[in-house]
Amino acid sequence: MRVALEAVTKVYDGDVRALDELSLEIADGEFFVLLGPSGCGKTTLLRTIAGLETATSGTVRIGERDVTRLPPGDRDVAMVFQDYALFPHMTVADNIAYPLRLKKVPRAERRAKAADTAARLSLGPYLDHRPAQLSGGQQQRVALARAMATRPTVFLLDEPLSNLDARLRLEARTFLKKLQHDLGVTTVFVTHDQAEALALADRIAVMEDGRVRQIGTPREVFQRPANIFVAGFIGSTPMNLLEGECVPGDGDPTGSWTDEIDVAGLRLPVPEEATGLVGPGDKIIAGFRPEYVREAEDGIEGRVEIVENLGTTSLVTLATTGPSVQLTVPEEREPAIGTTLRVAPQPGRTLLYHADDGDLIDDS
Amino acid sequence: MTAVRTVLRRIGFYVLLSLVTAFFALPMLWLVTAPFTRHPTFAVTWPDFTLANFRALTDSPDALSSLYNSAALSLSTMLLTVAAAALAAYALSKVRVPGRGAILYLLLLLSSVITGTAVMVPIFQLMFRLRLLDHDLGVILVLTGGLLPAAIFILTDFMDTMPRLQEESARVFGANSLQVFGHVVLPNVRPGLATIAVWAVVNVWGDFLVPFLLYRSPDKRPAAVTLNTFYTEGGRPDLALISTFSLLYSVPMVIMFLFVSRRYGFRLHGGITA
Ligand SMILES: Nc1ncnc2c1ncn2[C@@H]1O[C@H](COP(=O)(O)OP(=O)(O)OP(=O)(O)O)[C@@H](O)[C@H]1O
Ligand SMILES: [Mg+2]
Repeated sequence: MRVALEAVTKVYDGDVRALDELSLEIADGEFFVLLGPSGCGKTTLLRTIAGLETATSGTVRIGERDVTRLPPGDRDVAMVFQDYALFPHMTVADNIAYPLRLKKVPRAERRAKAADTAARLSLGPYLDHRPAQLSGGQQQRVALARAMATRPTVFLLDEPLSNLDARLRLEARTFLKKLQHDLGVTTVFVTHDQAEALALADRIAVMEDGRVRQIGTPREVFQRPANIFVAGFIGSTPMNLLEGECVPGDGDPTGSWTDEIDVAGLRLPVPEEATGLVGPGDKIIAGFRPEYVREAEDGIEGRVEIVENLGTTSLVTLATTGPSVQLTVPEEREPAIGTTLRVAPQPGRTLLYHADDGDLIDDS
Repeated sequence: MTAVRTVLRRIGFYVLLSLVTAFFALPMLWLVTAPFTRHPTFAVTWPDFTLANFRALTDSPDALSSLYNSAALSLSTMLLTVAAAALAAYALSKVRVPGRGAILYLLLLLSSVITGTAVMVPIFQLMFRLRLLDHDLGVILVLTGGLLPAAIFILTDFMDTMPRLQEESARVFGANSLQVFGHVVLPNVRPGLATIAVWAVVNVWGDFLVPFLLYRSPDKRPAAVTLNTFYTEGGRPDLALISTFSLLYSVPMVIMFLFVSRRYGFRLHGGITA
């Protein structure tokens, strides 16, 4: 089922503006991820869709139905909370069957359905256990099973993986992706972990302070962050963001636009998408990922300050005369600390942002 | 030298302990020996192991039925108290009214007043006007009124510690308020409910003043009041009947204590465990 939010604002008592005129549309069957730093309003948005919070203004639609003022029970959504909110006094089977009990499904049928769902999530042996007797990963699957058992039209998941250890988290991630694929249920997934978002999402909405800063596929968001906030947030190693200025080049002879920029003394061509949009003297910020930085004769000069091992690569931080620059190098090719390197972004891997508002400069 | 001192001190300490224990144990001992003694006095004597006193008690018109009355009165008051306190405490815990703490402490203060001796006259008059004198309902209401403030106070604390997310989770799945309360809230505060239930039963079982004043007919009186009616023709306390009846009167409380203690681990509020 489609979920649409139109200019939704949520102000908590006092004057905390948790959501600010936020609009977005989630397609039927989509795995949609809400990503953002702590306190940006992800949980609030999810709770507003669930009906646990009422929007101060704006409209929430599920399918064609306006559900803005509908109580949570009437929205046909299922929610998995960060710490699962299982009922400690009920067995696993009773927990999973609880939504069915509310729907007055006969006991035997409930039990059968619960057992069936539990089996799919490898919880079969634990049906008669209490939640307190299960591990974190098992509890998380019980919460998922409970949400699945009702066949909701929308699945709402609030950081369901954050209580798991790193390894289990990866497993659970793969599992969740497959499960969602099999069920085909519209899913809204909240996380502050960008790697999780990139791995799971059909589309990602990156949020900051109650607003959406960019919506797109993981590839779009990763390759072309729409502003420096998203650029700094996405990616396991943060993007290099260097201030620079446009300089006269071989572009337009009249001087109304240019094809060359100057970043820390380095001349770079203006990226194709920004051609014609910047003129000499414009202040810009050039962004390029550490993965796309290579050594170059005429590059920016820097002294190797820190080397962090990332496994197959290492992250090298260079101290330059300006802000530091980071790049990754293949394993066993790490430079020694204190040596001097000259580096430049690979051609075609630079993004330009307006220095004033931080928005991406492109022709779209 | 010091070793001797330590031993002596030890011995002195245990002697003292034994004396204190004996002081408190003697009445208990009397309670289990006197009923089986033919002509009990206030002294603790070796019992004759006779059941004559129990037989005599069954001849007394209201003795056994008063125990039944006590049970009925305790249970109904307990049920009403637990039900009303649970609802009130839930509301107080959920809707944060300003000055909640003050309200709760005021309640606690009132609880000692409501069924206290001081207000017995107005309560008697109130019941008289309501035509609830000599009525079970009247007694139950007055007793419940006395227990409720403290019960609410204790339960509110239990309700406060209950995780809100569980309730929200149930609501998303479509539970209405009553279902949330019954399926999620009550099971979570079960230790609190048990505490209050036991405490209410014990209180009502032992209460003398309220039923003494509000019941007129002897056949409706609970055991605590009936206990006060065992006199010989000479107007002296009939120790045979009193001791026997007292034993019967205390047995249910002991059984209940053992049961609850086994079932829940007796837990008073604040975590005193035994
Ligand atoms: N019940 C509430 N009353 C008042 N303010 C609230 C309430 N819930 C959240 N807030 C505020 O609203 C803002 C958004 O909170 P929210 O919980 O939605 O953030 P989040 O993105 O989920 O953060 P996190 O990643 O830490 O869970 C925060 O500033 C928070 O302090
Ligand atoms: Mg949150």
